[in-house]
Amino acid sequence: MKKNQLITRRHAIITGLASLGGLLLPGCSKKLPPTYGNILRMGDVLTYVAHRTLLPGQSLVREYNYGDISSFPAIGTTNPADPAKWFFNEDYGRLRSGAFANWALSIEGRVARPASYSLADLQRFPARTQITRHTCEEGWTAIGQWTGVPLSLVLNNAGILASARFVNFYTYDGRMDSIDMFDAFHPQTILAYGMNGRDLPVPHGAPLRLRVETQIGYKSLKFLKRIVVTDEFLDVGNRPRGWAWYTGI
Amino acid sequence: MISHHTLNPKNSRHKRWVKGTHWIITVSFLVLAFSGYVILKVHPRLYWGEAGNSLTPALFELPISRNYQHGGWENNTPFFDDTDSPVSMSRNFAMWNKNSWARSLHFLAAWFLVLTGVVYLLAGIFTGHFRSHLWPRVSEFRLRLFWRDLIKHLRMQIPSATNGPQYGLLQKCTYSVVIFFLLPVTVLTGLTMSPAVTAAYPFLLKMFFGAQSARTIHFFASATLVLFLLVHVVMVIKSGFKKQIRAMTIGK
Repeated sequence: MKKNQLITRRHAIITGLASLGGLLLPGCSKKLPPTYGNILRMGDVLTYVAHRTLLPGQSLVREYNYGDISSFPAIGTTNPADPAKWFFNEDYGRLRSGAFANWALSIEGRVARPASYSLADLQRFPARTQITRHTCEEGWTAIGQWTGVPLSLVLNNAGILASARFVNFYTYDGRMDSIDMFDAFHPQTILAYGMNGRDLPVPHGAPLRLRVETQIGYKSLKFLKRIVVTDEFLDVGNRPRGWAWYTGI
Repeated sequence: MISHHTLNPKNSRHKRWVKGTHWIITVSFLVLAFSGYVILKVHPRLYWGEAGNSLTPALFELPISRNYQHGGWENNTPFFDDTDSPVSMSRNFAMWNKNSWARSLHFLAAWFLVLTGVVYLLAGIFTGHFRSHLWPRVSEFRLRLFWRDLIKHLRMQIPSATNGPQYGLLQKCTYSVVIFFLLPVTVLTGLTMSPAVTAAYPFLLKMFFGAQSARTIHFFASATLVLFLLVHVVMVIKSGFKKQIRAMTIGK
């Protein structure tokens, strides 16, 4: 009888592991970002698939009180208009000296109505203000108040096509990154033009930055220039330098 | 301690699933400790609460990389008009940062630890392993006995190895704390640092007093686990290294 039990237990474990593998396989057979290349990227994919399948819906991140707003480091590119820096961008310098009056965000790719939105255009959309925690991959956090237009409103306005799967962002400091539709249509994913009740300051990405509150800070690109909606994953941006594409963790 | 040897001769050897999970978790933990240290080196400051960064006061800062108390902050700009307003400052310091691979490696190892840990916990419950070997019996848990066992260990009077899970009282208590408290706490505080996970399960932020508190608790729990690992290895050596390693690997 003891022996029988032992076999049953082992069978239970093997069956359990096999079904776990079975659950993961369909996730791997779909074309998923980031592309495989090494075992670290496979771990990232496992985290991405697990978050998308196991976490319940588009839950909202915690929102804080006005009094919780903290000091906020500006890191990475802090001013693309600085000619002394490697990230200097002449166009950005010109736009900034004109108080961003000539700045416009272009939306193209898998949308029915590709268009260019000025800052005033974006501010005519219903605004959303949220006090959230920015989590930097370095280990620090900061709480700030962000005002902007939900990305979903802009995407719907441009008429996003059914085949669209990723939203790619290009910036004036030469960066590019993308998010999936799940995060793009998250209610707290906004294009922010205001910070702590004022216009977005240059060190924090003026005139417009992305806020992806469900991911690590580096997904929230500053100095936005262009949005391209695609139906396939573009393996550029941070990946060649080894940074994970999905950073919900 | 002779009674331990004769407790149950049938169960005197380590089970195969115990050996397997033991070594997978060992390797995962070593990778986690290493990558965790690399991650900590990038921002070796620890805080309490939800927000904590170079512009806010820290609980303490560890001198473990060139990012320790680094300068390079400029353009101090208050957000509001009052005197104690939070500020924005720009950083022009070139950071030491290996998080591109260290973070992904940390989470990869964490997957191995968590999945193996779940298998171990389920097997431990359903085979009765925890009940018969790991949890101290009510009858044996006396403060006096615990104290006596502790003093013996401090005097390096370590009982010689058996071939299986015939653990002493102090050993049972230590393993139970590691398995049912320290490891779960590191996993849960780790998850509390994830913006997507805390969006879905905000109770984690309440439970650990905020994202930065979770990071600080994560650090102390991990450091305690490293300390456990060191003591564990010393005990293995003291009680008969060869016999212990054989019992935990190929020993039948």
